[in-house]
Amino acid sequence: MPAVSKGDGMRGLAVFISDIRNCKSKEAEIKRINKELANIRSKFKGDKALDGYSKKKYVCKLLFIFLLGHDIDFGHMEAVNLLSSNRYTEKQIGYLFISVLVNSNSELIRLINNAIKNDLASRNPTFMGLALHCIANVGSREMAEAFAGEIPKILVAGDTMDSAKQSAALCLLRLYRTSPHLVPTGDWASRVVHLLNDQHLGVVTAATSLITTLAQKNPEEFKTSVSLAVSRLSRIVTSASTDLQDYTYYFVPAPWLSVKLLRLLQCYPPPEDPAVRGRLTECLETILNKAQEPPKSKKVQHSNAKNAVLFEAISLIIHHDSEPNLLVRACNQLGQFLQHRETNLRYLALESMCTLASSEFSHEAVKTHIETVITALKTERDVSVRQRAVDLLYAMCDRSNAQQIVAEMLSYLETADYSIREEIVLKVAILAEKYAVDYTWYVDTILNLIRIAGDYVSEEVWYRVIQIVINRDDVQGYAAKTVFESLQAPACHENLVKVGGYILGEFGNLIAGDPRSSPLVQFNLLHSKFHLCSVPTRALLLSTYIKFVNLFPEVKSTIQDVLRSDSQLRNADAELQQRAVEYLRLSTVASTDILATVLEEMPPFPERESSILAKLKKKKGPGTVMGLEEGKRERGPDVNGGPEPAPASATSTPSPSADLLGLGAVPPAPAGPPPSGGLLVDVFSDSPSAVAPLAPGSEDNFARFVCKNNGVLFENQLLQIGLKSEFRQNLGRMFIFYGNKTSTQFLNFTPTLICSDDLQANILGSACPALPAAQCVWRRVASKAFNSRRSKPFPGAALVSA
Amino acid sequence: MQFMLLFSRQGKLRLQKWYVPLSDKEKKKITRELVQTVLARKPKMCSFLEWRDLKIVYKRYASLYFCCAIEDQDNELITLEIIHRYVELLDKYFGSVCELDIIFNFEKAYFILDEFLLGGEVQETSKKNVLKAIEQADLLQEFQEVLGVPRNPSPDSLSHVMNILMSQCTK
Repeated sequence: MPAVSKGDGMRGLAVFISDIRNCKSKEAEIKRINKELANIRSKFKGDKALDGYSKKKYVCKLLFIFLLGHDIDFGHMEAVNLLSSNRYTEKQIGYLFISVLVNSNSELIRLINNAIKNDLASRNPTFMGLALHCIANVGSREMAEAFAGEIPKILVAGDTMDSAKQSAALCLLRLYRTSPHLVPTGDWASRVVHLLNDQHLGVVTAATSLITTLAQKNPEEFKTSVSLAVSRLSRIVTSASTDLQDYTYYFVPAPWLSVKLLRLLQCYPPPEDPAVRGRLTECLETILNKAQEPPKSKKVQHSNAKNAVLFEAISLIIHHDSEPNLLVRACNQLGQFLQHRETNLRYLALESMCTLASSEFSHEAVKTHIETVITALKTERDVSVRQRAVDLLYAMCDRSNAQQIVAEMLSYLETADYSIREEIVLKVAILAEKYAVDYTWYVDTILNLIRIAGDYVSEEVWYRVIQIVINRDDVQGYAAKTVFESLQAPACHENLVKVGGYILGEFGNLIAGDPRSSPLVQFNLLHSKFHLCSVPTRALLLSTYIKFVNLFPEVKSTIQDVLRSDSQLRNADAELQQRAVEYLRLSTVASTDILATVLEEMPPFPERESSILAKLKKKKGPGTVMGLEEGKRERGPDVNGGPEPAPASATSTPSPSADLLGLGAVPPAPAGPPPSGGLLVDVFSDSPSAVAPLAPGSEDNFARFVCKNNGVLFENQLLQIGLKSEFRQNLGRMFIFYGNKTSTQFLNFTPTLICSDDLQANILGSACPALPAAQCVWRRVASKAFNSRRSKPFPGAALVSA
Repeated sequence: MQFMLLFSRQGKLRLQKWYVPLSDKEKKKITRELVQTVLARKPKMCSFLEWRDLKIVYKRYASLYFCCAIEDQDNELITLEIIHRYVELLDKYFGSVCELDIIFNFEKAYFILDEFLLGGEVQETSKKNVLKAIEQADLLQEFQEVLGVPRNPSPDSLSHVMNILMSQCTK
């Protein structure tokens, strides 16, 4: 029992709790509760003023009842009264009640805020603590309005006790999260950063949490925290186990603080100052080294704390993405964890490797572990670990291993958990399309998908396969043949009937020569599935039948008989009936020429971004790597001449030489003033006024970047410009590459980037004096930390070349 | 951290701490679903799972499940140790804590949690300091009772007494 004997142990409460526990049924419990509620109600309304102890006891009982899951609609006033008591536990219970049962009555709020104000001003650290805790627990807008100005002062005041400083920091953090606009930006920012140097590690921990969140919105203001954080981290990591005393956790020095400092550092790009950067690298290397040392304790807490720091360090290494040595070491360390005894570590290793796989430095290193990952996929008993393995396979997939990975994912799909099948289907579809060298493989893969997990194959997937088959002549015959064979299986999924119906309708003629797949056979095959299908599928099949009438006159009468039957012409569904009637008429009335024209082969679909990718992103939710919307405009480069001065303002007229490159009609930009000094273009905005229109071909490319991070931005006979962006949570960066397609060197090639102000600061040098012939040069353009995970579209960038 | 739930093997909620504003209805729904999901896990499975767009870290101590919901970028292993540290604190305070302690002294469990975590972030990682803060508060209450400190003070007289008490506590 408790170390301190508590005279305030409320016996009445203990008895009540026992009673509830002894209730044999839900009804008995409710009865007992109602009895108590009535009792409390009468006591509160009673003539005799209740003493503090009783009030506390009853408020506590109400709290208990509420936490059991019942609604409480009174007691708030009494709880608020307790706040002004001087007895500590009474105050404490009062605060607990109002933080759990938040009430929006404005009179009560006023009283509560008043009590808090008094406690904050009391300079009694225990009472201040209670008040700060309450604000942090409730964090309502009203409290933010009342106290957001006060708390920073408490935080940076010299005479505030350490415990109050800790609470104040986290309190401010909570208020900032709920009402960011109410927290004043002030000169306290630098003082908060200074707290990182505090003696008391608890204060440092709280301050680090606060700065991490604030820095995401205002990185400039808190930039000085980087070097302080690095030195602090370095001191912790190299300290002996006795240095930090009570902040050492199972032989790991200050693990929570280390993790927080590493998180803070992930808000910023790698430090520019070489001394700071060197120190940080040393620090990270030390952490990686420690992972290889034998453990100081057998306890799982020791290894968890040590590995927590290690994983966060690896996150930082991945985020910086600048030290190949560290990246490879991180990859190897994760590789070791992939086969660790502990499931938790295997899970986390798979998760971390996913992010590593997207970095150019370590992508190859990640691929070396493919066999381990595949084994994990097959043998792991925990479904969440298997899911991570699937994610990793998806991330590490590229041209060299696509076939192997898709095959593995397909075989996994056969036994996969139902909840994750749709995601796997989407991923397989994306990979198959992206890395298909031979499109027959792609068609096979999709048909396999339908066979294995037909229910989870969404429309986007099978629309896509049809689009691709139609667009590619070389695979049409194969598709027709394969689909025909698959349809012969006794039980085939409805999606297969849809795909098969469509493809045979378009390309059935390619296999009609073979007697095993003659027109009549094809028709009978499809029609045998007809009655098993849902309405939309039947509608599709009817369209196929009329296409058959056009392709194969010999089956015309058979089909007409089918169309003529009552089940079609008088079908309950309006769509089917209409189709049957109209198709029948069409087949009877139209001449062969007209029929052929009407039912001509589908023209190729215009190239557009796969909707599957968009669907996958939507499915994964906002937490994943999202491509932000970017608007880009560009003009042709001026080649082979002296550099034309790049127009500095957004609404410049195109230089005369631009026209010579045949970009099409580029009318002079109108004279309207540019919006706040930049070419702010939102993909979906309708304001073309300040901007010159795009060159014709680039419209598509431009829209492509809504969903894709990489691709060609502009191309003509002389130059190809491509864009590659990487995003991770709130940070992003862009690379632009320029490819010289001619056989002469570009001299004085100076691309200029025009973009909005706040991006401008992050533009790295983009001049490249000479672009050699037939070569391609990468330039890292910008790194930027964005607002929050749920980022808003950021202003567009424009590319203008001199 | 977005929230922390403690529940028994029968699914009875023993403690619920919410660090994000949610309506009561939403809280109940989340609790119900999450408790079901976690209780369905087998013993050897890993301590992390993805649920909606959050990461769930959970660990079982005797008859109680400790379950935390963290955001995508938070560190899972350190959250496991947050749970462990909280259990250690409870253990030290109650002396070999068991589920009954938390049931009958639920308000103390909340107070201890508040000293350790605030607003979803770790506040104080020194076990000694957290326990000291709780003990100070208990001691303060005892003194107040013993000395018969008035409940509704007039500002001047009591602050004097309070200061004496506080200075005695911090020795």
